[in-house]
Amino acid sequence: MSRLAVPKTYKLYVGGKFIRSESGRVYEVATTKGSFSVSSVNAAKASRKDARDAVVAARAAVSGWSGTTGYNRGQVLYRIAEILDGRRAQFAEEIAAFEGVSASAAQAQVDEAIDLWVWYAGWADKYVQVAGNGNAVSGPFFNLSVPEPTGVVAVIAPQSAGVPGSLLGFVRAVAPVLVSGNTVVVIPSEKAPLAALSLGEVFATSDVPAGVVNVLSGSPAEIAPWLAAHADVNALDLLGAGELEWVDLQIAAADTLKRVLPPEPGPDAGAPSLERITFFTETKTVWHTKGLL
Amino acid sequence: METTRAGTTVAPASRALEVIGGDLTERSLRRYLEGIPGVDAVGLEARAAALGTRSIKTTSKAWALDTIIRLTDLTTLEGADTPGKVKSLVAKALVPDPDDMSTPRVAAVCVYGDMVPHAVEALGSAHDDGATGRINVAAVATAFPSGRASRSVKLSDTSDAVAAGADEIDMVIDRGAFLSGRYGQVFDEIVAVKEACKRPDGTYAHLKVILETGELNTYDNVRRASWLGILAGGDFIKTSTGKVTPAATLPVTLSMLEVVRDWHRLTGEKIGVKPAGGIRASKDAIKYLVTVAETVGEEWLQPDLFRFGASSLLNDVLLQRQKLTSGRYSGPAYVTID
Amino acid sequence: MTFLDYAPAPESAAILNLRDEYGLFINGEFVPGNGESFTTISPATEKHIATVSCASEQDVDAAVVAARRAYDKTWSRMSGADRGKYLFRIARLVQERARELAVAESLDNGKPIKESRDVDIPLVAAWFFYYAGWADKLEYAGLGPNPRSLGVAAQVIPWNFPLLMLAWKIAPALAAGNTVVLKPAETTPLTALLFAEILQQADLPAGVVNIVTGAGATGSALVNHPDVNKVAFTGSTAVGRQIARSTAGTSKKLTLELGGKGANIVFDDAPIDQAVEGIVNGIFFNQGQVCCAGSRLLVQESIHDDVVERLKARLSTLRVGDPLDKNTDVGAINSASQLGRMRELSDIGEQEGAERWSPACNLPSEGFWFPPTIFTNVSTSSRIARDEIFGPVLSVLTFRTPAEAIAKANNTPYGLSAGIWTDKGSRILAVADKLRAGVVWANTFNKFDPASPFGGYKESGYGREGGKQGLHAYLAPSAFAGSSAFKGDAR
Repeated sequence: MSRLAVPKTYKLYVGGKFIRSESGRVYEVATTKGSFSVSSVNAAKASRKDARDAVVAARAAVSGWSGTTGYNRGQVLYRIAEILDGRRAQFAEEIAAFEGVSASAAQAQVDEAIDLWVWYAGWADKYVQVAGNGNAVSGPFFNLSVPEPTGVVAVIAPQSAGVPGSLLGFVRAVAPVLVSGNTVVVIPSEKAPLAALSLGEVFATSDVPAGVVNVLSGSPAEIAPWLAAHADVNALDLLGAGELEWVDLQIAAADTLKRVLPPEPGPDAGAPSLERITFFTETKTVWHTKGLL
Repeated sequence: METTRAGTTVAPASRALEVIGGDLTERSLRRYLEGIPGVDAVGLEARAAALGTRSIKTTSKAWALDTIIRLTDLTTLEGADTPGKVKSLVAKALVPDPDDMSTPRVAAVCVYGDMVPHAVEALGSAHDDGATGRINVAAVATAFPSGRASRSVKLSDTSDAVAAGADEIDMVIDRGAFLSGRYGQVFDEIVAVKEACKRPDGTYAHLKVILETGELNTYDNVRRASWLGILAGGDFIKTSTGKVTPAATLPVTLSMLEVVRDWHRLTGEKIGVKPAGGIRASKDAIKYLVTVAETVGEEWLQPDLFRFGASSLLNDVLLQRQKLTSGRYSGPAYVTID
Repeated sequence: MTFLDYAPAPESAAILNLRDEYGLFINGEFVPGNGESFTTISPATEKHIATVSCASEQDVDAAVVAARRAYDKTWSRMSGADRGKYLFRIARLVQERARELAVAESLDNGKPIKESRDVDIPLVAAWFFYYAGWADKLEYAGLGPNPRSLGVAAQVIPWNFPLLMLAWKIAPALAAGNTVVLKPAETTPLTALLFAEILQQADLPAGVVNIVTGAGATGSALVNHPDVNKVAFTGSTAVGRQIARSTAGTSKKLTLELGGKGANIVFDDAPIDQAVEGIVNGIFFNQGQVCCAGSRLLVQESIHDDVVERLKARLSTLRVGDPLDKNTDVGAINSASQLGRMRELSDIGEQEGAERWSPACNLPSEGFWFPPTIFTNVSTSSRIARDEIFGPVLSVLTFRTPAEAIAKANNTPYGLSAGIWTDKGSRILAVADKLRAGVVWANTFNKFDPASPFGGYKESGYGREGGKQGLHAYLAPSAFAGSSAFKGDAR
């Protein structure tokens, strides 16, 4: 108990780098229990310009990430699970301290998050087979429909305290979007952003290419409208936006016809499903003539 | 002319020399033919089908029916052909419809080489130079229909027919040589046959080059063979012998017309096209007229540039013609068999 | 007269047995509307065809009430097999009355009879046939066991393929177990009303399909009606945007099929004659009034002149004129306002320095006509290269490399369709992968099939029509479904 702790500066994760907000702002995140090394930490508070930069980074990463094979993306997502598994204790500790849940509940949340990465990792080279199809058209044509990533997805991760929790909620929101090759700009839980920010460290060491996941801690009410209206964002997941003026966000998203998933309340928010993968895909149908002569 | 091998010089032909250049070799010929854009079968067939949906009515139909007759090579190509059969064919060619003397005459009669003297005799003054309503005699040659004979047999087959008075020679290409990639050999043979079409006065019988598209099978082959036939000096390119199924089809004819159109764009020279075999109904023949008009232009609808190789087609056209004139449907008893 | 002038070959309009006035089709019956009736005219002659009722907000409400009642009392309780049988019946009736429907469509829309006869109406029948078979097989649609219908579907369709768009909307909606209120376009209500007669002939239970005619206000009343569960719209991106806004925050499931500015990419090794046909089909089919039209021709620079020359020669054989003549290739423009937009944008194209060309053609003095038009020397920044003209106007641009072709093709907020022409299979697949478009036609263009999903990326909308994906627009996974969900051990 005599050793003086070395607390971490919790920064934004944008374009593969851990950066302070361009605005220089931070906000205090306090522990709810005394078991952490310090009683509170400062998390970077993202601005609209950080959101803008994050979209640029996410867009730049689309062609690389979506261009990898499903097998490769699956391995990268599995790697996230591996690295996270090695840091179970750290995450459990952060969660217990900042969400005010029991150590065992915190541990359970981390373990479910790890297993969920594994589950989604396995989808990366399969969702196309399940959601795509060859089409028997009446004519001499080869006709194939395949789902493809929609592009840049802005995500508002679950915000409320309690189940699913800041880490699991974040993973439920982000993992399915990544499976198909989308890149994300995500606003984690405002009150409990630390697990998400620490997860950035996992991404950075898990072969996830820079810009594929961008984490903007801060105020969703402040940043989300900029993302919802951003013309270079293709889709918007309002999963954790239930407490915000989310209808306005959806209206703003309509300007460029973004695909929008509505908020989900309760412990089942963002429950794992294939539909969360396919919602952020576009079905492309390719026709080709078939001629013997 | 010796069979050419890769790299050896093939027989000179002015068209090929002009288009491909002085170093005319099997290899340069192959490179040229293989450089021609490919054909997408589905698109080609869809275009042909679309042209086939044109609705030709009233005055247009009347003109089309007469034009079909004027463009017809009335044909008999049977092992059982006799002087009597040829005579009967010629009589039909001269007077297609004895009940309607306004019916035009066909362009030519098409027979085996040994039947040429009988056809010439039966035509009489209708075969004289400058005769109005002159009917040509076309002879199939070069070991028709298979083309499987020695070069010398093919050439004498040709020169015999020309000497007997044939105005037009319908030769078959060596499909075996073509399919095994010996384009130079096919080319040389066409050049040689063309030479054999030469008459003592220095003029040439018109040469129709039969590709036998049913054996070439693919549209890419048809297109290459069409170029080859034109480059080697053919006056016409012709689809088929009528002895192989499929014979003429609309898509094949369309692809040949596209070559003729491109050749015209390239050189200003007009080459003829002759679909032959399998065209029995006026309705189908009209589709060919539409295809010609909309692909190479209406000026191709004249006997020097387009022919139908057919036998039973003529009577169907006559029945349709009678319907247009009388307003009621006619029957087979009201047209003559040849 | 030359042969190519082909004597007139008009399809007889005598087959039509039209009424002078048409009411709204609500609860299985034609009823007068409370809005101000309007006239539908033939765009080829500007002549009156029929007077059509306009649905007021109150009429729309009556239609939604009828649809809700039919959903609750009849359609949602009927077996899938029986729903399928009704759809099969409808498909057959469409086939039987195909000639009549084709004539009506060409009369009301201005499209050539050969297209309504050979494309639109056969596809209408095919669409009903295809989805009929799905009605009792929904558990195989990919949404898990026992997928649920949504309820009442509000559907608003455009004027470019009036009956076909109706089929794209109604067939999957009914197969999935929903009931429908559909609003046809103001300028082309005729075939939807004939279709209502077909529904009567098919003895479809009253209220399962309701057809409300009218203009934008009717459509707005329909999509904003609080008791509809599903909104499906095909039309302009501007209106699609409005609908996305007005349905925001509601539980209405929304699918949108909007505008496009499709790129038709021709590589130097393309099957050239078929490519030229594909370009023509891509932009002059239905007078270019097609959301997935190949309105931007991207041609490899090395063959640009050759392609343009061939294209001009081909265009010179297009026959523009009477939509009911069987030999017409290009018919009338649907309305004066559409014609105005084509003229305006084409004038802008010229002002921006592009070179305009049209074949010589005598346009009729009555009606709305626009000649097939090609613009060369078009820059990527030009409005005719960016804005949807929705007419027979082709903008020709060039590229040097496959990467440049892809970049230019994707350089648009739209993402509906694209074409690729090359003999090289591996390039087709690689380019198709990189094009941000919902439908990619390789060595063909403008092909449609009920089994083939169709719909856009980006601002061309969302959702798919056709195939099992088309069913998803009208279904929800069962409330008890959970088979695909992850069950973590840690739970």
